[in-house]
Amino acid sequence: MLIVTVLRFFPVLAILVLFAAPLRGDDDTLFGAESFMLDNGMQVVVIPDHRAPVVTQMVWYKVGSADEEPGRSGIAHFLEHLMFKGTEANPDGAFSYIVARNGGSENAFTSYDYTAYFQNVAREHLELVMELEADRMTGLLITDEEVATEREVVIEERRMRTDNDPGAILSEQLRSAQFFIHPYGWPVIGWQHEIEALERDAVMAFYRRHYAPNNAILVVAGDITVEELRPLAERIYGSIPPVELPERIRPQEPPQLASRRVVYVDPRAAQPSLQMLYLAPTVASGPSDQAYALEVLAEVLSGSTTSRLYRNLVVDQKVAVSAGAWYDGSSMDRSRFGFWIAPTLDVTIEEAEAALRAEIAVLLEEGVTQAEVERVKTRMAADLIYARDSVASIARWYGALLAVGLTIEEIEAWPSRIEQVTVGDVNAAARAILVKPTEVVGILLPEETSDAM
Amino acid sequence: MQCDPMLTTNVCHPGQGALHRRSGASRVRCHPVEIPARVCSAHLAGMTRLFGLVLLAVTLFALQPASAQDSDIQVLTTPAGIEVWLKEEPSIPIVSFNIAFRGGASLDPQGKEGLANMVSGLLDEGAGELDSQAFQERLDELSIRMSFDIGRDAFYGSLTTLKAGLDDAADLFHLALAAPTFDPEPVERIRGQILVGLLREAEDPNARAWRAWSEAAFPDHVYGRPTDGTAESVESITQQDLIDFVTGNFTRDRLVIAVVGDISAERTMALVDVMFADLPAAGAAIEIPDVVPATGETIVVEMDVPQSAIVFGLPGLTRDDPDFYAAYVLNKALGGGGLNNRFFEEIRKARGLAYSASSFVYAYDHAGLWLGATGTQNARAGETLDVVRDILRDVAENGISQAELDDARDYLTGSFPLRLDSNDAIAGMLLSIQMDDLGQDYIEMRNSYIDAVTPQDVQRIAERLLRADDLLVVVAGSPEGITASTTVD
Repeated sequence: MLIVTVLRFFPVLAILVLFAAPLRGDDDTLFGAESFMLDNGMQVVVIPDHRAPVVTQMVWYKVGSADEEPGRSGIAHFLEHLMFKGTEANPDGAFSYIVARNGGSENAFTSYDYTAYFQNVAREHLELVMELEADRMTGLLITDEEVATEREVVIEERRMRTDNDPGAILSEQLRSAQFFIHPYGWPVIGWQHEIEALERDAVMAFYRRHYAPNNAILVVAGDITVEELRPLAERIYGSIPPVELPERIRPQEPPQLASRRVVYVDPRAAQPSLQMLYLAPTVASGPSDQAYALEVLAEVLSGSTTSRLYRNLVVDQKVAVSAGAWYDGSSMDRSRFGFWIAPTLDVTIEEAEAALRAEIAVLLEEGVTQAEVERVKTRMAADLIYARDSVASIARWYGALLAVGLTIEEIEAWPSRIEQVTVGDVNAAARAILVKPTEVVGILLPEETSDAM
Repeated sequence: MQCDPMLTTNVCHPGQGALHRRSGASRVRCHPVEIPARVCSAHLAGMTRLFGLVLLAVTLFALQPASAQDSDIQVLTTPAGIEVWLKEEPSIPIVSFNIAFRGGASLDPQGKEGLANMVSGLLDEGAGELDSQAFQERLDELSIRMSFDIGRDAFYGSLTTLKAGLDDAADLFHLALAAPTFDPEPVERIRGQILVGLLREAEDPNARAWRAWSEAAFPDHVYGRPTDGTAESVESITQQDLIDFVTGNFTRDRLVIAVVGDISAERTMALVDVMFADLPAAGAAIEIPDVVPATGETIVVEMDVPQSAIVFGLPGLTRDDPDFYAAYVLNKALGGGGLNNRFFEEIRKARGLAYSASSFVYAYDHAGLWLGATGTQNARAGETLDVVRDILRDVAENGISQAELDDARDYLTGSFPLRLDSNDAIAGMLLSIQMDDLGQDYIEMRNSYIDAVTPQDVQRIAERLLRADDLLVVVAGSPEGITASTTVD
């Protein structure tokens, strides 16, 4: 029932953090995950954690907003909402009712590359929620009336997340400016006029096209073993027939030859801020070497308060209350490497931009140091251990990466690949990506000032 | 990743909190600008800023531990006489310390609102011989996670470390609490961040609405004052104020400690004494008067936004009220989480008025509250509020059905064992049990308290609490169909 917004102005989001976390594992198998495939093509992943008698079931569909047709933005997310309506076997919201009656909690989320549904339940109710989830994989029934009412809910969600928030509006505009033709350029929740036009038939067609076992990944984490899960999965999901799936090929961006500058003036914005974004490869899009190097770069620049950008811009130069860098290396197609800065009260946006640009210039000229890279690797190794405290988060990590097309082996190689990143790799990646003609600059201003425009 | 506000109790569990914390809300000093990144829903983001403890309270009841684990909890007394609750969990080589000092933002002196909040931002910015960057570098090198936070009634600290770094972590935590330096550089830096945060809060309809609600509910009480202060009060805070807050309030008589992780009882006691034994034994008595929130007003905070943020509340029950569990069960049926409750059904599912509509039972130490929040397009704000009032009138008059009662109790008891799925969650629970004085047997007994709630209890409490005409309402936006008793720009 929600949206994963992969970028907000201050993009310190769990999803990004999640991908920064698991590195340099002690075990060969990272988190002890095991995987198998059902005959109908549904992948199953088990992540055992026996500390408490609970399990999380997640079903991930390899379809997100970037798999929508132009003109129908928001349909993947709208379908996610409607998946809670009912089936013949479990009509009128019975799914949620049954989960709650058994003490379970549930939710769902939609992103650019995937849609996922999950329930947390006591282990004895795992079979029940598997039955329910399997039932709605193919049995969804919705009425025009339900569609009409839920559309209003989604539009309210859009108002809440985006229209009420100047920073979110700028992020949405920036995304469109970054991606001219790739569907990452439209918002997961959809443009309002397109949400308003989404009808039942289109949603059901989208559902039948994309919701099938061979387009889904089952992740079960918690007090469960692969021996226990396999027969359940085979019986409950294994009987659902596969369908012929569309190829996941999205239009790719042409070379960006001119820098782009987006200025959003909104009197509701209390404070100016600026971000600077660059199209960047991801592990899934390749080249993966560059993606791993960019992971390390983002940590060097912005992983802690001792990192470069905070130390230089906030502590030493005192031009910003907040400054940093982020990288989303987890999407299916090329994504973004970004910087942000929020100036202090007595510093103009122009001065802040100049200070940030100077940092980037120093980075490109002098590069990062061996000490910085080593420190980051140590931190990431510790993060891997800390990550073990939340098996539900580990489940999300596996699900999200499998859904963008990585294999279990590629996911589990993540720590060793980070370990192999050298100072030279980081500096080469920075110089390849942070190139002026390919920048997209976004500025949020409370009022117009001619200089920033 | 954001969470559905409807399911806050489900999604915001501390198991994921570890990642939120990793995200930098504590180590990377971004508070308060980045608060939304570490809470799970838009309206709770606003609520957290003003109520401090609300998010914790919401999770408290849902995050009950499995009774199977109860016997593992040890209540220890250190050689220095400090009590600590411990759960050993050897499967991961990490240890978490969750601590609290009773008091919190309510102890901010008049005119120095935001002092506790500012202290929470500065304890890891220089202590003992280490200046800000040196302290942060030590934390970073050792991969220690240290953070501080405030509620109205308590000041919280959290320390998580790899087992290998335990001694260093204890030393650094001790320094942060016992010898923070409050050097001018970090003080001015954090002050600047807070001031910008206040400006950003002013652009957020939810934050504005909750702030106005608190002010209106508690006009002559510390609970009505903003926990993060005002520009004026934050500007006025001096180094001496910060030092006085620490020395006056970080005392052993106010201290509560929970420890979970790969650590023995002996080592726990030794490290607890390292961290806390030299703190002053006792502080001044905390004298916060009990208070009943004001009722009956409808306040409009004029903002040029397409969606009105609507928050409302009534007097509720304090934690020690014998009917607290009845109110808790009632609230579950009204709007307390999950996708099956009156608010969800009537506001969202039947009418499509809002994405989020939920209610909370919340108890400060000195005031009980029942709170609700939703958001709708300006044109339907009046209609939405009418639906809220109709639900309250109906339930006050007719109670809830036996099926609703059963559903609520089953959900609350069934979800009880689900929640201690991480060290972080267990530590938070052990701390909350102590803070609310729920007893060492709380984990075993809690479901029996829920099961004991009868239809008569719910009916009685519904009549007592749900007085629709008394609702104190704040709407931030440009709402239509609402008659304001007060309008604020």
